[in-house]
Order: sequence, then C-alpha cells, then structure tokens
Amino acid sequence: MKIDDPMPLEALSAIEPLLTDEERMIRDSVRRFVRERYLPRAPRLYEEEEFPQDLIPEIAAMGLLGASLEGYGCAGMGAVAYGLALQELEYGDSGLRSFVSVQGSLSMYPIHRYGSEEQKQRFLPKMARGEYIGCFGLTEPDAGSDPGAMKTYARRDGDHWVLNGSKMWITNAPFAHLAVVWAKTMEGDTVGGPESIRGFVVERGTPGFETPTIHGKMSLRASTTGEIVLDNARVPDANVLPGVRGLGGPLSCLNQARFGIAFSVLGAARACYDASLAYTRNRVAFGRPIAGKQLVQEQLVEMASEIAKGEILALHLGRLKEQNRLSPQQVSLAKRNNVGWSLKIARMARALLGGNGILLDYPAIRHAMNLESVYTYEGTHEVHTLILGRALTGIDAFLTDLVLATRGVRAVRSFILGSCASTRARPSA
Amino acid sequence: MKILVPLKRVADPDNANKVKIPAGGATIDTTGLEWKPNPFDEYALEAALRLTENGASPKARQGEVVVVSFGPKDMEPTLRSALATGADRAIRVDAKDDQLDGALVARALKALIEKEKPDYVLMGKQAVDGDSNQVGQMLAQLLGWPQATFAATIQEEAGALLVGREVDGGVLTLRVKGPAIVTVDLRIVAPTSVFSKSTARTFKYNDGVRFAPLPAIMAAKKKPLAEVKLSELTSDTALRVEYVKFEPPPGRQAGVKVKDVGDLVHRLKNDAKVL
Repeated sequence: MKIDDPMPLEALSAIEPLLTDEERMIRDSVRRFVRERYLPRAPRLYEEEEFPQDLIPEIAAMGLLGASLEGYGCAGMGAVAYGLALQELEYGDSGLRSFVSVQGSLSMYPIHRYGSEEQKQRFLPKMARGEYIGCFGLTEPDAGSDPGAMKTYARRDGDHWVLNGSKMWITNAPFAHLAVVWAKTMEGDTVGGPESIRGFVVERGTPGFETPTIHGKMSLRASTTGEIVLDNARVPDANVLPGVRGLGGPLSCLNQARFGIAFSVLGAARACYDASLAYTRNRVAFGRPIAGKQLVQEQLVEMASEIAKGEILALHLGRLKEQNRLSPQQVSLAKRNNVGWSLKIARMARALLGGNGILLDYPAIRHAMNLESVYTYEGTHEVHTLILGRALTGIDAFLTDLVLATRGVRAVRSFILGSCASTRARPSA
Repeated sequence: MKILVPLKRVADPDNANKVKIPAGGATIDTTGLEWKPNPFDEYALEAALRLTENGASPKARQGEVVVVSFGPKDMEPTLRSALATGADRAIRVDAKDDQLDGALVARALKALIEKEKPDYVLMGKQAVDGDSNQVGQMLAQLLGWPQATFAATIQEEAGALLVGREVDGGVLTLRVKGPAIVTVDLRIVAPTSVFSKSTARTFKYNDGVRFAPLPAIMAAKKKPLAEVKLSELTSDTALRVEYVKFEPPPGRQAGVKVKDVGDLVHRLKNDAKVL
C-alpha cells in the first residue's frame, strides 16, 4: 500500500501568506516556547491539579501579559498577532491560555481602559512583568449568564467603599495579588440596578477579602480556580475604576477575552488533530493503517475542515478588530462556532485514539475535558446563540415580560439579601 | 566585546522531503520551501549573546552582536528573527543561493570582517544543508587568525576565550585571544556551556536557544539591517565548487520478512550482497 506524506493542515486554510513576517515570528516564538517549556510538563500538571507558577516570570519575559495593550510595559501587539500567540498557548493547554487571557484581557484591560492614570502607573507595569497577578470577579454562585442579577454590593463609607458578596469560578483568584471586582453601588436613582455596577481593584491583604480554591474540577485542572469572598472588605476610593458605570464595563472586558478565545481555542483543536493524524496513520487494524479507512477519514476531514474554516474566520475577525470594525455579534459568532467545534473535534480525537485516547500520554482527553469549561465560560454556547438570535430576529429571548416587570422589585430584594450574603453558611471556605 | 555571527538560512531540516529536483538534476527547486536559520548558526548566535551579557540580566547587552547573511531579499525575515532574539544589527550580502560556495562566502566574509573589526567571529561548525564544514576554517586561513572549531564550551577569562572541544577520550581546552574564529557544536547551548566575564559561574541558562520575546520581535523591525553587494566585498566571484548534478536519495524499498536464519543468510549473500 502506498502512503504519501500528509498535507499540512495549514495548507487547507492557507492563511500563512496573509500574515505579516512579524505575526509569523510571534507565532513561531510562542510555539517553540510552549513546546519546550510547557508541553513536557502538561500531563503531570493536569494530573496534579497544578498551575505552574514558576513559569510566570518566563511567560512575562516573553511579553505575553497584556500583550495587546499599549504602553505601561505592554507589547502593544495587533489583534491577529495576539490571537496567534494565544492559539499557541492553547495548543499547550487551555489552562495556560486562560491564565494569560485573565491577566491580560480581564484584569489589565479594565484598568487600562477605565482606570485613572495613577491606577495604570500603579498596577499595569507590575502586571506586565508578572509581579502582580490579577483576576476578574463578575460571575457569582447565583448569577452567571445574567450578571445584572449580581448580589455583590458596595456601600460608600467616607473615602472608602465597603464590599459584600461572593464571586465564583474565578481563574487565578487563589494566588492573585489583586481582583477587579464588579459590584452594584448605592448611588443616585440607579441603586441596586445593573446601571449602578462599578469596578473595584481589591488588593490582596484587604481584611475581609478571601479567595478559597475550588478543588475537584475535572476540567482546566492545570489552571487555579477559586472564589472571591468579600466580607465588609474596605476598598479606598483610589481603587475604584473611574471610567465606567454599568454592565458595559465588565461586558467590554469579556468581549476582548471572547475574541481571544475564538482564536486560541483552535490551538487545542489543532493539537487534537495532530495527535489523531499521527496515531491513525500508524495504528494498524485489519491489515492497514486506520487512517486509510473511510470512517476514520471522514472524521479527520471533518476535523481539518472545521479548523480551517475556524482559522479563516478568526483571521478575518482579527483584521476587523484591528480596524475597530468588529461587532459583538461577530465575536459571539466566532466564540460559539470555534469553541463548539473545537470541543467536538477533541471528542472525536479522543475516540479515534481508542483506549489510548483516555490516557494523559495523549492530549485528546485533556483538551476535551478543558474545552467543556471553555464551552461554558466567557458566555456559554447557549448565551451566544441567544445574542445572535436576538440580533437576527429582533426579538430578545433573554428577558421575558415577567422578568421585565419584576426586575425592579428583584433588584431591591437582592440588594437587601446581598448585604446579608457574608453571613450565609459556606460549605467549603 | 564585538562579535560577528555569520548566519545561513537552510531549507527546514524537518521537512527535507519537500526539496524537489526538476528533471535533469541541474538545480534544486526552492519554490515552496520553508526556510529556517541553520541550527548551528542559531547556536552560535546564542553563544554570542551569552558572551555579551550577564546571564542574570540578559536585556542589557555588553558589547555588540552583528549578524550577517548571504542571500536574496526574501531571506530578511531570518535576519529579523536574529535581531528579535537579541542581535544589535544585521547585514545582508545580496546574492543568489546558487551563486555561492564556501570559498566565495569566506572571501566575502574576510572583506566584511576587515571593515567591521569584530573581536571574535562565532559561527556554526557547518550548515545542515550542504554539511561542508569549511567556511570557518577557510576564513581563519584567509584572515590569518587563530581558530577554535567545534566548540562545546566557551568561557571568557582574562581577555581571552577558553574554548572546550570534545575530542575522542576527553575535552581539549584551547585559549584563544581575539581576533579569532570560533565554530560551535551543538552542546554550546547547554545550560552551563558559555560564561561571559560578568555571568556568575553558578548561573544556569535554559537548555537550548533563547526565545524571542514578543516586544523584541516588534522592535526588531526598527533595528538596522544593511544591504551590501557581493561585488563590493570581493571581485573574485568565481565558484571553486562546480555542482555537477543533484539527485534525491532513492526512496526506501519495502522490506521483506525472512522465513528463518537460512533464508536471511541466503538473502544477505544473494540479494543484498553484503556477505
């Protein structure tokens, strides 16, 4: 039987000539970094439920933290270059990429965009150097897809704010030096409503600020996830982000991160494809490599097609973003499509690898498990469906008439409940 | 300390099967090839960077590292990549790949080196495409400079370089005073292979060649990249090596299973004709 060399995956999307030399160099440098410094450790880190904090200085020295931001020690890269860098990180592990996304898009970005000059000088250079690690507190135990229903409140007290509430599923929280926490404030006639939301930089060491680790995750095990518990945590006025009020603040951060994810998740898919191709070309059953069987080829073709299409989409949106022409609906399209397909591709890879597919010796099961989180975080697959559904039909499926009618009442109720949140029994803390 | 690092681009050695030879075998078809820096030259650049820094603070360069390469304009990304990795400036000698051989490169480098006056020339012991392993030695002869080839370790000490060369049965250490030529072998990028005078002897590098940080990649386009004509460096552009014919290595034949030892011996005698 004749076996030729496989066509490289890149030849399908053929985006290579559309990249600048600089973008190629950035991709290649991060690719080598991930392959030499992270991948040899990836299975063990996953198994031991450990984020490699010892790697943070090297990640920072590569210029990966806040890389898409301008000034304050950040690299100031274009959207495509940043996306390609994230994709190489996620080829390693979604947990590694999550660390970088949370530091850059969710922690540094809001300070960069909405912070005062003093806040930028105080936090950003240290965060770019990896000396300060940040996290992003928006999601709560009872408010995920509906962040406007958050129950974390900030009450003004002199030149301080007193924060109460809890945040859930917070990447990097257990070892972060600061948290960008979004909370409702008691200001003006917007008390308790989504319009009253403001951003607070809560620093480690603040009394009443705790970040217990969430254990027992079967996904993103190489990323540290925690809660943020705020029990009368006093935050000085100087740590409130002056530049934004309302849900638009945190949502703009998510929009940054979601764009990155639409790009980066293809790295996990590529890792799964590479492993599947290598395995099925070598694995012989019934007298020939299983890659020479029609059912297997159909799977490989499906995987390669969706990766190629996803890359073309990501590149196109990256170029739009560089011209400030990217719409939130397009971000939803790409996050939904590319994460949805990458998860399917990882599951297909797991099956193609047979019994070996469940071992950490191969990347498929690790990526498949990781992508279950990526499917849900940064706007669930379903929420992005509804964002697109609302845009395409002109009818909002999030808010029922009943919710609209009771929202005002609930806001006041949850405000009262929220101020009592700190006294609620906690099973794990 | 000023170090000049000649750097050659080669067809990606991991995809050598992409090299195509048109019928007749007069040339190599380079269209569609992916180019990479010659790995041994990358090691030489890494060694040059280590010699011009304190390993603990690699951003501050103590001295100058200049990279030079021969080739058409489309090889400039290879030089930009070297600038991103840490070299201070680059020179491209404009030339076509098939108009060069080792002797011509050595003659042109000699002229360039007389102009640049580096303290040391660090280069790969050979390029992984032609595997000639000659330019460093020729260059030393042409310049009348001392040479230390196949360096596995380099330590800067008392105004000279202590160069360790792995030889049969041990390590031969040479003390070379600049200006000199040093060609490097692959172990030069091990964690404790190279020490400048300011790097603590307890310091350990990461194994291998350093990564180009993303801000440095973006800053590299602002670093100087000069172009020099080959004819400005040498009037003698005649090739000493004449390429008669290129042919790809024969494809591997499918193996056969032998029945028993008798069959094996029979085939070794009659088919393979090695017994």
